Amino acid sequence: MTAIIDYGVGNLFSLVSSFRKIGEEAVITADPALLQKADRIILPGVGAFHDAMEKLNASGLVPVLREQIAAGKPVMGICLGMQLLFDKSFEYGEHKGLGLISGEIRPIPSENLKIPHMGWNALTFQNGKHPLFADINEGDYVYFVHSYYAADCDSAVIATSEYGIDITAAVAKDNVMGCQFHPEKSGEVGLTILKAFCRMKEGALC
Amino acid sequence: MITKRIIPCLDVRDGQVVKGVNFEGLRNISSPVELAKFYSRCGADELVFYDITASSDGRKLFTDILCETAKNVFIPLTVGGGINTVADFDRVLKCGADKVSVNSGAIRNPDLIGEAAKLYGDQCVVLSVDVKRVDGVFRVFAKGGRENTGLEAIEWIKRGVANGAGEIVLNSIDTDGVKQGFDLEMLEAVCNAVNVPVIASGGAGKIEDFITLFKTLPKVDAGLAASIFHFGEVAISDLKNEMQKSGIPARI
Repeated sequence: MTAIIDYGVGNLFSLVSSFRKIGEEAVITADPALLQKADRIILPGVGAFHDAMEKLNASGLVPVLREQIAAGKPVMGICLGMQLLFDKSFEYGEHKGLGLISGEIRPIPSENLKIPHMGWNALTFQNGKHPLFADINEGDYVYFVHSYYAADCDSAVIATSEYGIDITAAVAKDNVMGCQFHPEKSGEVGLTILKAFCRMKEGALC
Repeated sequence: MITKRIIPCLDVRDGQVVKGVNFEGLRNISSPVELAKFYSRCGADELVFYDITASSDGRKLFTDILCETAKNVFIPLTVGGGINTVADFDRVLKCGADKVSVNSGAIRNPDLIGEAAKLYGDQCVVLSVDVKRVDGVFRVFAKGGRENTGLEAIEWIKRGVANGAGEIVLNSIDTDGVKQGFDLEMLEAVCNAVNVPVIASGGAGKIEDFITLFKTLPKVDAGLAASIFHFGEVAISDLKNEMQKSGIPARI
């Protein structure tokens, strides 16, 4: 079972639907016991970094999330959920993140480029081919909507997409993973990535 | 590199796709869910569901259909039609819409864009505008293109973006239905005025019209059409292949 953390940010209908589509049980929950029971955890998020981080802290779920990560449970942040995994963000000021992956969130440089980076962009794998991408190909397209990106995180980057600069598309550090794009809105490619994630279990990432 | 998007638009009334659909091997499909699945398989980059229901019963049916679609189709969904309040945003976002398009609702209440952008983010708010030349001036029309609001279109669009609209759908009434190509002059004026994605609508009749659009106006992000896709006059897979051959970035 996959637990999708409900901390009052965004709308999780498509996300939970995408797991059901691939035959994986998924629950939207703010119950610490369910996060402990789950085989894997999704940290979703849309909106502004500071607001989301405040809500996540207020949910009281951060300690159990940290505990489950320390135990080796696979965790994936999606979009803003990925950004929250980092040390800090410069979206509307400077705000502290979860610090699970080192690096920081900066605005996409906007000279000659439309912001947000919105649409389908191709993945270039980095640091080898991560198990999340076991069943997709380099150059496959995924759907992005974001105005900030993760920087200074080279060793954790597992995929980038080109948008003027190399945008961090996905990151991983041991059992903590993150996608800047929306796998639940990326058609078959996205569902295939979620399937790969659902094969992961505590202590077994591939 | 980010790709140019191809977006079929489905008009939905009382739970059915309004304009007839006539694909080879897929005749008389009137279920929006089935049609959405079909387009997603064919490579559509995004879908627009336009609710042209008048009754509240029909509206409930529309949101049920939207939910059913979002359970089965995993590409971005934009919903328009009958969006007058932030409660309408909430209603469709809960059913799996990613973006919400406002048109007459924003003309009646210009604060709607700002209120929605604050609650759901700029990326969620699409300003859809029906524009027609009147005495050489681009004018915004309301009520499905029947009523001249007197608003100057470029100023209206700039104001919408300043208030938080994250994307523009420009529908040229002058080229709509004529099938002689998109309104490049009008689109260029809009692209030069704003720095958010612009979706071209109205006038596509064949594959070459999309190629001309993206070649002439690289700032246009997407092309939207309805009947040419529904009637199988343009197959999305053929269109994408032609785009790629012409050096236009396309998701294949």
